[in-house]
This record gives sequence, structure tokens and C-alpha cells, in this order.
Amino acid sequence: MTRAGPRDDFRDRVAIVGVAESELGHLPHRTELQLHARAAKRALDDAGIAKSEVDGILSIGSARGVRFPSMQVAEYLGIVPSYSDSTSLGGCSFEAYVQHAAMAIAAGLCSVCLITYGSTQRTGGGSFGGGAEPWLPASQFEAPYGLPMMAGAYALAAQRHMHLYGTTREQLARVAVAARQWAAMNPLAFRREPITVEDVLASAPVSSPLHRLDCCLVTDGGGAVVVTSRERARDTAKAPVYLWGSAESHNQTSIGAMPELTVTPAAITGPRAFAGAGITPADIDVAQIYDSFTITVLMTLEDLGFCPKGEGGRFVGDGRIAPGGAFPMNTQGGGLSYTHPGMFGIFLITEAVRQLRGECGERQVAGARLALCHGTGGALSSGATLILGSEPR
Amino acid sequence: MSTPTPSPAKPLPIPNTETAPFWDAAREGRLLVQRCRACGEHIFYPRLLCPHCMSDALEWVETSGRGTVYSFTIVHKAPPGFRDEAPYAVGLVDLAEGPRLMTRILADDLDRISVGLPVEVSFTSAGGGIDLPVFRACS
Repeated sequence: MTRAGPRDDFRDRVAIVGVAESELGHLPHRTELQLHARAAKRALDDAGIAKSEVDGILSIGSARGVRFPSMQVAEYLGIVPSYSDSTSLGGCSFEAYVQHAAMAIAAGLCSVCLITYGSTQRTGGGSFGGGAEPWLPASQFEAPYGLPMMAGAYALAAQRHMHLYGTTREQLARVAVAARQWAAMNPLAFRREPITVEDVLASAPVSSPLHRLDCCLVTDGGGAVVVTSRERARDTAKAPVYLWGSAESHNQTSIGAMPELTVTPAAITGPRAFAGAGITPADIDVAQIYDSFTITVLMTLEDLGFCPKGEGGRFVGDGRIAPGGAFPMNTQGGGLSYTHPGMFGIFLITEAVRQLRGECGERQVAGARLALCHGTGGALSSGATLILGSEPR
Repeated sequence: MSTPTPSPAKPLPIPNTETAPFWDAAREGRLLVQRCRACGEHIFYPRLLCPHCMSDALEWVETSGRGTVYSFTIVHKAPPGFRDEAPYAVGLVDLAEGPRLMTRILADDLDRISVGLPVEVSFTSAGGGIDLPVFRACS
């Protein structure tokens, strides 16, 4: 592993010390706040840190009605913070929150940051479409045409990727099949029964070229992550995980405003995160790549530099991303098979941390020392990358 | 069995001071975009300021109504309000003047729609006094 040289920035002042999910799946007896709270308690227990120490809160959920997520969650948990953040970057908000928490801790604003997520999107029957303010540009110039959100936006990108690079539905299907193979080794995964490429191709069409099994699950669930100072991390319950690189960006909100549908914000955040970490894509032992749809994965792998632009379909086409392959990815089963309550990004972090701690049992990637998480939000709108290490950089 | 529920209404644009000239022209069969008098760029969707140079010297100009399909999708699982129309094609069209807009691509055979297809605008009534610009292959 190569390093650019001695560095010292805010990322070197912190560590991730606790991760957890709430209950996951179909949870009609739960509210969104309960899922934030359950995950928060489990993550603090995982860290061995008392709630009384928490002085930073970073929260968001999927419900439209919660206007002040960090305030609502902090009140529910009985926390009065000195740093508060509900930045909404959609599904990658949590990768950005780790970066924000690191900045806040390094700046001395707080010492223990609790990042939480909760959503009852499955029970609520929720989708992201409809209900937006009528004066918003997308309400006037996109919604009247009947594009199903979010699948339709990603379908437009997939169609163009196929046109430019010859990507096939079979190559997209490999992403879903590999996710299910990993999920079979995760007792918490929502879908564990095996599927084949033929099953994906034959599943019901949603918005061409994407079919049902190209699309993520819709579940209920929550998650939480605890970030603290390097000093406090010397006395926590489990081995700390260190922040090597991080970056966040967004291109646009609406799919119609995206400059080139096959180039995601990962093309901005990936190079920045790798440069900060002083490593290259070849150094990554395990990757957690946001898989809202199969096409999301192909384009993200290209933009992060794991393969050349347009080669994503061929990259995943030979079992490379499946268990036993050379590129272990989405080892918990991903949003396609494990869970997806609307914003999957927090679960990229929980799995990366567990892999770096060596806690993943049957699906453990042997000797994993460096992990990458890349979240994607909205309609390919936002992206945030984290590079995490089992040792300080 | 549950009792049938009425179909939800389709979302319709509600013109405001920023967008009314676009929708007024659409009712007359004309497709307008804004052009920045300071930097010359054509802009869509309509705004108060040019997103290229932040000038507020924006004027409305009529487009040729011609463009090419940038990408498209055939919608099978339609959102509420559109279910009785599926399958249908939603696309992004790059206008000859530069801006890209979302639209419907109309075709007798949806399989003949392709990326790069030359298309031209027509207008279809969506009710509520709104005519939506839609595109079909150039004749």
C-alpha cells in the first residue's frame, strides 16, 4: 500500500467506534423514531459509550413529515448537542455525516457524534414520487410525464449506458445475482433465496431496461454509527476503525438536469477520497457500493476508478463481485437483497466497519484492512465516498 | 376484496410568474426557452437568473421544436394517475438550441425509439388548460 506522505488533517483526529442496525424488514408495529432510537442504543452499546457522552447528533429519515430530524431524534433520546446536522444528500447523507462529524470533532465542537437513520418506508407504502411542492421545477417539468421515481431516472441512465458502451441486461443482472449470493450468508438479509441471471431477466418490467430484480428492496429499518476522537477511541469496546479519505458532492437534483447520465458524482468524490487517503483503487480489500439499482453499481465502479469508463458491465460479468471473486463487494447483500428503507448509505458503513473488525463470520473477507463506501443519493444526484482502515493511515 | 378506489389525479403543472410564459406559449403550439442576453446561453427550465453567469437579463425565445433523443425508457410500472396509459415512453430530448427537457416520446411502435433519434415537438392537452410539449420522430 502506497502513501502520499505524512498527512495530518481532521480525518486523523477521529475513529468510528460503534455501528448497528435497528430491527429490519416489515415493521408495522414500529415508528421511524423508534428505529432511530433502537439503532442508536445498539451502536452506543457496540462502542461501549454512554448516551450521556453524546454531544453531536446527525440524523435524517425518509418520512416527509419530520421537518427537523436531528432536533426530533435528539429530543426523543434526551440529548442536548453542541453539534447538530440534518444535511440531506439522500442515500449518501451518512457518508457525508462521517466527514461532517470528523470536522466537528477535530474543530473541538463536540467529542462523540451519534449518526442515526430510521424509516418505515415499506409499512408506509412510501415512494419518493409525488407530494412535492407544485412550484418546484421537477413538479412542473418532469412529474407531468409519468416517469416512475426513482426507477425511471436510473432507467434513463441505464439505457444511455447500454447505447454508449454496449452494456447488456445480463451484465446488469450479475449485480443482483451476486448480491443475493452474499445475502445467503447474512441472517439479517430480507431476501436470501438464490436467484439466477434468467430470473432477473424474466422478472416483471418496471421501466426499461430495468426489471423488478434490478431494483432495490423497499423495507423498514434503521441504523446508527458512533464517531469519536482518536483519544476517546483508545478506551472503547471494540477495535476503532479509522478514516483515511472522504469526499462529498452533487451534480443536480432532477435527472433532467444531469449533465451526462452515465457519469455520477463518484467521478468527483472518488479521486478526492483516494488522493486524501494516499492510496489507489487497487489497495481496497472490500467495497460497499450503493446499489439502489443494478446500473448504479456499474457506473459507480467506473467513476471510482475500479475499471475504465464503460467497462462496468464486463467488470462484474465474470463472477468477480460474487463470493469467492477477486472483488468482494456488498458483502451483506446490499440494498438489492439485505435491506433498503429508502436511504441505504448508513448500511454501507456498518458492513465496512464489521469487515474491518473481522466480525462477518461466513462472509468475512480474509485480512480486510481497507474498505471503501460509496453512497449515491436522489436521482444519481449526490455522491459521498469514505475510505476506512483497520489501522490509522 | 377491497372496493375500487378512484384513480388518483395526474400531477399537472401549476404555472407561476417564473413559468407562465412557457405554458402560455405551449397553448399556442410554441416551445419557448429562456436565453441569457449577457452570455448567450439558452436555458431550461425557466429561472430568475442565468445558471451560467447569474445575469438576470433573460429573454424568452421560440425554439425550432426539433431535437434528438438523449435517452428514454418504456414505463411499464407507472406512477399513480398514469397506470391506464402504460406502456409509454418517457425521454430526455436535447433541443437543437442546447437545453435538455423531459418529455413523452410518441410512437406507433415504441420499439422504434432509440437514443439519437431526431424528433420534433407537438402539443397534447393534459386538461386543466395545460398543453404539454411531447415529441415524435421527425416526419
